[in-house]
Amino acid sequence: MTIAIDPIITILPPLAVIPFIVFFGERRKNLREASIIIAACILFAVNFSLYQQFLDGALLQSQKFTFFNGLTLFLKGEPIGIIFGLLASFLWIVTTVYSIGYMRGHNEAHQTRFYICFAIAIACVMAAAYSGNLLTLFVAYEAITLSTYPLVTHSGNAKAKRAGRIYIGVLMGGSIFLLMPAIIVTWWLTGTTDFIAGGVFNSISISPLLVTLLLCLMVFGTGKAALMPFHSWLPNAMVAPTPVSALLHAVAVVKTGVFLIIKIVVYIFGFDLIAQTNAAEILLYFAAGTILLSSFIALKKDNLKARLAYSTIGQLAYIVLAALIANVRAIEGAALHIVSHAFGKITLFFCAGAIMVASHKTLVSELAGLGRKMPYTFTAFLIAAISIIGLPPLIGVLSKFVIIEGIIDSQYDWLIIVLILSSLLNIAYLLPIPFMAFFKEPQSIEAADSTSQSVIEEAPTACLIAICITTAGCLILFFQIEPIVHLLSLIETTSTTGVGG
Amino acid sequence: MLFNNHFSVLLIVLPLMAAPICVILRNPKASWLVALISNLIIVLLSLSLLSHVLNGNVVRYELGGWAAPTGIEYYIDGINAVLISIVSIISLVTLIYSKQSIRKEIATPRHYLFYAGWLLCLTGLLGILITGDAFNVFVFLEISSLSMYMLIALGSERRQALVASFRYLILGSIGASFILLGIGFLYAATGTLNMSDIAERLPLVNNSRTVIVGFSFITIGLFIKTAMFPVFSWLPNAYQFAPSAVSAFLAGTATKVSLYIFLRFFYHIFGTDYSFGNLLLGDVLLPLAVIGFFVMSVVAIFQTDIRRVLAYSSIAQIGYIFAAISMATEQGLTAGIIHIINHAFIKTALFISVGCILYRYGTANINQLNGIIKTMPWTCAAFIVAGFSLIGVPLTAGFVSKWYLVSAAIDSGWWLIAVMILTSSLMAIIYIGRIVEVFCFKTGDATNSLKVKEAPFSMLLPLWFLIIVSVYTGINGDVVVDMAKFSATQLLDSLPSLSNSIGNPL
Amino acid sequence: MVEWLALYNDWAVIVIMMAGFYIMIARYNLVKKIIGLSIFQTGIFYFYVGLGKVENGTAPIFLEPKVIDDSTTNIAAGAVEQTIIYSNPLPHVLILTAIVVGVATMALGLALIVRIYEKYGSIEEDDIQAIDNKFICQLDDKK
Repeated sequence: MTIAIDPIITILPPLAVIPFIVFFGERRKNLREASIIIAACILFAVNFSLYQQFLDGALLQSQKFTFFNGLTLFLKGEPIGIIFGLLASFLWIVTTVYSIGYMRGHNEAHQTRFYICFAIAIACVMAAAYSGNLLTLFVAYEAITLSTYPLVTHSGNAKAKRAGRIYIGVLMGGSIFLLMPAIIVTWWLTGTTDFIAGGVFNSISISPLLVTLLLCLMVFGTGKAALMPFHSWLPNAMVAPTPVSALLHAVAVVKTGVFLIIKIVVYIFGFDLIAQTNAAEILLYFAAGTILLSSFIALKKDNLKARLAYSTIGQLAYIVLAALIANVRAIEGAALHIVSHAFGKITLFFCAGAIMVASHKTLVSELAGLGRKMPYTFTAFLIAAISIIGLPPLIGVLSKFVIIEGIIDSQYDWLIIVLILSSLLNIAYLLPIPFMAFFKEPQSIEAADSTSQSVIEEAPTACLIAICITTAGCLILFFQIEPIVHLLSLIETTSTTGVGG
Repeated sequence: MLFNNHFSVLLIVLPLMAAPICVILRNPKASWLVALISNLIIVLLSLSLLSHVLNGNVVRYELGGWAAPTGIEYYIDGINAVLISIVSIISLVTLIYSKQSIRKEIATPRHYLFYAGWLLCLTGLLGILITGDAFNVFVFLEISSLSMYMLIALGSERRQALVASFRYLILGSIGASFILLGIGFLYAATGTLNMSDIAERLPLVNNSRTVIVGFSFITIGLFIKTAMFPVFSWLPNAYQFAPSAVSAFLAGTATKVSLYIFLRFFYHIFGTDYSFGNLLLGDVLLPLAVIGFFVMSVVAIFQTDIRRVLAYSSIAQIGYIFAAISMATEQGLTAGIIHIINHAFIKTALFISVGCILYRYGTANINQLNGIIKTMPWTCAAFIVAGFSLIGVPLTAGFVSKWYLVSAAIDSGWWLIAVMILTSSLMAIIYIGRIVEVFCFKTGDATNSLKVKEAPFSMLLPLWFLIIVSVYTGINGDVVVDMAKFSATQLLDSLPSLSNSIGNPL
Repeated sequence: MVEWLALYNDWAVIVIMMAGFYIMIARYNLVKKIIGLSIFQTGIFYFYVGLGKVENGTAPIFLEPKVIDDSTTNIAAGAVEQTIIYSNPLPHVLILTAIVVGVATMALGLALIVRIYEKYGSIEEDDIQAIDNKFICQLDDKK
């Protein structure tokens, strides 16, 4: 007999910590942040035990909650979700450590509100990771948008408010205008929104045009996946504090978007349907275009965080592309890339934030010579950049490799060229940053302004610890990728009975 | 639950009797208490009625023991039982709220008149819902309208309130007169005023011009009363300048009750096939509804007074409901009724929260309310939640409405309408988002904001009650959906004839 | 043509209603609007009154049959009674209610006009509109 575990326990720790945050408030900062770290550790432990139970064959499913008219909300664990849950909860610990250093170093206001919204967002991400049907995922998706909105507008100035407007407008507008009707149509056609291995459209005949339309609605409606032309919110959202950009806009939020796309490809449409109807082809062009275009734009961006944001858009498009190729190998690649990009990009953002805290510099062109003052930060930056580019011995290479394998299995061989080209572009926009910091002399004017230069020191310790952890993650996962690959092999892609394990 | 057939008549007699008592008492507190207690009893009665009706019964009550075609009959099935409960609950809630709120808006010596007018208005609204007699509908409509004009005229910004009330009076009277005329034509064609009787006899004279003329007059009259798109001009001013308790009450009930008359007449009395099949009511209704919700959502974006934003949004919501109704399918009708129910709670909550802000700040102008979430967190939180519901964010009542509206439109094959509904939701994001942004993220005038406190508890309590109801119905949507489905199927069936009348209560 | 003329009462109703309606739309004076409304409603009252009229009918007052003490003639008396035609009283009763409602509406309307005159010093709608607009402009200036 299999053991049944309710994945709702993953939502509880982040929510449970909120009263503590409110209680401790601004007065007892240390206790407040300690409670968050404890909650984050508990959350990771819970996720990890769920993972082990899943391997042992337990059924991770919650009670079905009837919403209305037969629509249900429930949670159910499956391999991609578990990986996503593990990843987000682990990085929450690290980010919390980092944000202690960052928020204090920056003297940000409203820190309590910041931590509360952060915790709510994490709870929603957990709900998304373990969502059992499309409706649950949609609800969680909307909740993430709403709970991260105050984080984007955190500073409260005109720029932040404008960014907030774009953020809500694109994400919520897209999801209500495109995603929701697609879900309603799916439900109307099939009477279910459940994630079923092999897709839900098997039982009915459906025209290829409608499949293409639905897929487009869903993929574009998932604004969080930042597929062009629905990407503009992401660079704008960079006005948020760096921990937010790091965890939410490089990992949790955007990954929820691509996670949703992977889920619908695998469990709503199914590989067969997409292959038969060729529904994804037009979207592949969009994804490929996004990869290249965003890299070109990133080259042009002088603001460090903006450059990283465009890089994120490109990397997300990799995942979308891999998901839309819709074969087993590519999906594995997509899931792996979620992990590898998460570690790489969060490190880069951490470094960007550390540079901001230590030197108050936000432009790439200002970084010349900073490498000697902040050696750890820039070393980490270099390593993470190499991982993103996809060179061994870092995790980035694995995911790109698997995606390419997936492409070879498919009929879209030309995509390989896109990937290679994009890797070159990655080199072009990422590597100059650490090189400049290390090898280029500071410009003469700034050198004369020695007072500001001399003050610059290495980033706060808390920030450095976080950076080291994620950098180490990039390295270690390259050698320890086996558990993830094993878990991914458990994804059910054809309609068979039973649960994983 | 305890049920007696006499409950139906008590619903009207109680507030009708309580109103003169208020006038006799002349004491603000005492008359509030009278109003509150009678309203509380009405809520209990209506809930008992609702549970009775939802068990599949239909209440037919012969007023004064006179048998139906001669005497006046009270007829209660799903749709009016649901609406009776909602009207009485919203009235109770806003009445609790009004005690504090009218202190700043109406001179104390006039308070007893306010409560008397309120009770008369409630009488009228409940009467419309309860009666099974076409002429009675007109009488109760006028009772409610006249007391409503008076309540609006009591408004805080006295000058504009008077003009708003006068304009409403003119338009409302025209609307009611049209309805009266239409009923007269129906009487001329069928020789009866009892709804079931008319429904039974109409098929015999369906093609006569008299019926068609009556049909058109009633349609136009109801358009005015429901503030349908081209004839809505009375509504924004009335909602903006009325006392905040009255706007909250009105927004939740007045147009909804007129919508009920619409449903009753065109689905039940004329019959779905006749209204929508022969006379193509849907073809008239749908374009107006769609233009209505679309244009009004756009207009709402450009208003500076929050009450006006909400008023235009109300007209837009009426458009949604009409669009759903005009599908003339069970799905569409269900969607319409769900939205009637949900929107009643949401809009009342929004108006109450604006009323709270008005109470403390004396203005609802969006430019003067920067950052008030710091001073009035509970009020603003309620506004935000209700606003989400208006947009249709998941886990709020509005989501259930939107889901049903869109799926009903898709079910009827009206893809374009579905797209329009969603586009209009996007505009709701803009006009609500704009207000929320001002509330939360604009730095306020520090000296101004420090003095202001959160709204009094007696105002927050009703507000949060409504919020909890609307969130609950959003999470456990089946409560509303089941009621709406039940009512919709009853509406689509033809009205049971008089001969099936269930026993004489006396 | 004769058919059309035979409906003279309906024509009268239409003319009266439209006259009232026109006054409401075309006149800016609030009192005249109320007068228009009243005329408009009167048209409807006429319509209802005409509705109840039955050709050659008399007022619906129940006439005592001329009963002769002799019990055998009762049947004959009944036969006499059947020739009396009554008008339909129901529309008249109905319209009595509507008239009351109309009076109430007019009273309320006039009361509002008195108040409006007190506050604005005018009962011309365009004047009132102008005053309100000026007021709003002042508010905007203050900001």
